[in-house]
Amino acid sequence: MKGADVDIVGVSKFFGSFQALKNVNLSISKGEFFSLLGPSGCGKTTVLRLIGGFEDPDSGSIAIDGKNVLGLPPDKRHCNTVFQSYALFPHLSVFENVAFPLRIRKMPQELVREKVMHYLSLVQLEMHAPKKPSQLSGGQRQRVAIARALINEPSILLLDEPLSALDAKLRQHMLMELDTIHDKVGITFIYVTHDQQEALSVSDRIAVMNMGEVLQIGTPRQIYENPATEFVARFIGETNVFNLKIVSIDGTKIQGEAEGLGLMFVDDESDARPGETVLATIRPEKIRISTKIPKTNGGQINILHGFVAEPIYSGFQTKYIVQVDSGMFVTVYRQHANWSEGIPDIEWKDEVYLSFSAADMVIVEMHGQ
Amino acid sequence: MRKQHIGLLYTLPQILWLLVFFAAPLCIIVIYSFLKKGLYGGVEPQFSLEAYTAMANPNIVLVTWRTLKISIIATTLTLLIALPCGYSIARSRNQAIRLFLVIVPFWTNFLIRIYAWIAIMGNEGFLNDILRALHLTTESIQFLYNQTAVILVLVYMYLPYAILPLFSTIDKFDFTLLDAARDLGATKFQSYIHVLLPNIKSGLVTAGLFTFVPIFGAYAVPLLIGGKDSYMLGNIIADQLTKTRNWPLASSISMTVTVLTTGLVFLIAMRKPREQKQVFDVDPAFLQATPDGER
Repeated sequence: MKGADVDIVGVSKFFGSFQALKNVNLSISKGEFFSLLGPSGCGKTTVLRLIGGFEDPDSGSIAIDGKNVLGLPPDKRHCNTVFQSYALFPHLSVFENVAFPLRIRKMPQELVREKVMHYLSLVQLEMHAPKKPSQLSGGQRQRVAIARALINEPSILLLDEPLSALDAKLRQHMLMELDTIHDKVGITFIYVTHDQQEALSVSDRIAVMNMGEVLQIGTPRQIYENPATEFVARFIGETNVFNLKIVSIDGTKIQGEAEGLGLMFVDDESDARPGETVLATIRPEKIRISTKIPKTNGGQINILHGFVAEPIYSGFQTKYIVQVDSGMFVTVYRQHANWSEGIPDIEWKDEVYLSFSAADMVIVEMHGQ
Repeated sequence: MRKQHIGLLYTLPQILWLLVFFAAPLCIIVIYSFLKKGLYGGVEPQFSLEAYTAMANPNIVLVTWRTLKISIIATTLTLLIALPCGYSIARSRNQAIRLFLVIVPFWTNFLIRIYAWIAIMGNEGFLNDILRALHLTTESIQFLYNQTAVILVLVYMYLPYAILPLFSTIDKFDFTLLDAARDLGATKFQSYIHVLLPNIKSGLVTAGLFTFVPIFGAYAVPLLIGGKDSYMLGNIIADQLTKTRNWPLASSISMTVTVLTTGLVFLIAMRKPREQKQVFDVDPAFLQATPDGER
């Protein structure tokens, strides 16, 4: 496996009196496509700049391939960065931009030409070699930045929101290309983004950050299906959160009282005790919506009753915001795959029943704990 | 058509001003330079190339070279000092205060500032007082009246003219480019040379012109600060006008200075936006040969 591991242990960073990172621990393996996901200002870019050598942590250690890199300047680290603004050199052609690291190393012209053309072909830009960056489109500039960052054959590629300046369609396309490039070069990618869709679709693992802290590290599936905290659950996708006062707990079988909704069943691990309050979440696509009371078959199914407050049609699905008996709004997605089955169309103000399985509910930590 | 006429009307004050205070005096100098010298100053209305042939005088040639040398040294030093100044102002959090400090000297008259330097560097001046107080010297050291002093004061005088255009160019520079250069393997120094300098070239050129042109025509500084070895063209022109009373020669030297400096400005302004160094040498045929289907 090419690439390098990165070990970040107990790293904190202050900017003046503002604490940008609080005791961050990350262990990224060789060749991994690792994403740092969080809202702006959560510290994810700071982590990247620490790995790249642009900042030094106030405490903690950073090791690349087991070697401590603290104090090493950016030009002495085996990682290269794709900057958010691309940072292409405006006075140089595409060719010379990509050749820049080789020129610094005083590589002979023949070799430079060969390597640059190889990396330009990797991002499909050979034809644009003589152009200036200002003559390229956003997506092309992006690819130049990637080729330039890869030509030194780094063991780690750091990507700082590389797609944020592109429009939605192009972003999808570039994301797939990034994934392909990652498969081809096989080095460690560390990808910073605030877009959960981007992170979910390409990452091997994701670290979700907020306010300088890492809240959860896991595969996209773990992060989505089993969020650790309320923040993670709400930040990744949409979710519905219920406050449950635990009535009984038997292994993973939990019964709790939700105010105004009666008893609810949850099948998840929790070390809470009866009488305590926990947060139980359910994803909108795991809820069924119907106009008649659904049959429960004696399983652990939760059923809520309410009225449609707002139906939002978006082609492949309809999103319903339903006001249930407690007054709370619950979001439900209904896919249109089986639209033709003659299910009656559900509209505004319709009386509906929401049903979801206890197994699909997840207990999360309260935000801020 | 009408609109054009109105435009002309708007620029009329400008045109008049330039005609009366710039074009007319310039024409007078051009004409004088081709006339015969009057006996007690002034000119005789008779065509003559004497004023131009007289410039071959070895003394004038020597002073021309010296002026060129002093101008180049002073401009280079000014740029070397102004560059880090402009950079640090552009990257500083309190730009306004620092820019203000650069401009403050303009509030004092040019001549007074020259006399201030005399007060500092004179034989009984501030600097010698300190050296004597520290017992580093008993005799006064002669700081003034040589080329070094002239260059020093010229650099001091024209520093703001170099700092301001450099600051405004560096302020627009995207500093992430320096991060990118460091990231790609360049040392701090290499990143300045290969990325910062090429991108602020226009500011360097402006700063260079703003200092070189006035220094080339310097008069007061070499007169008051300089000695025999620092006489410059400006001083010769003044001498020819007021002492030797050879007005045609004064005019022809002025013309030479004017033509040389405007020539330089034109050369730089008319220069095609220079293509970057053609290190890139992929054969266009090679690019063409790559089949389109492969991409």
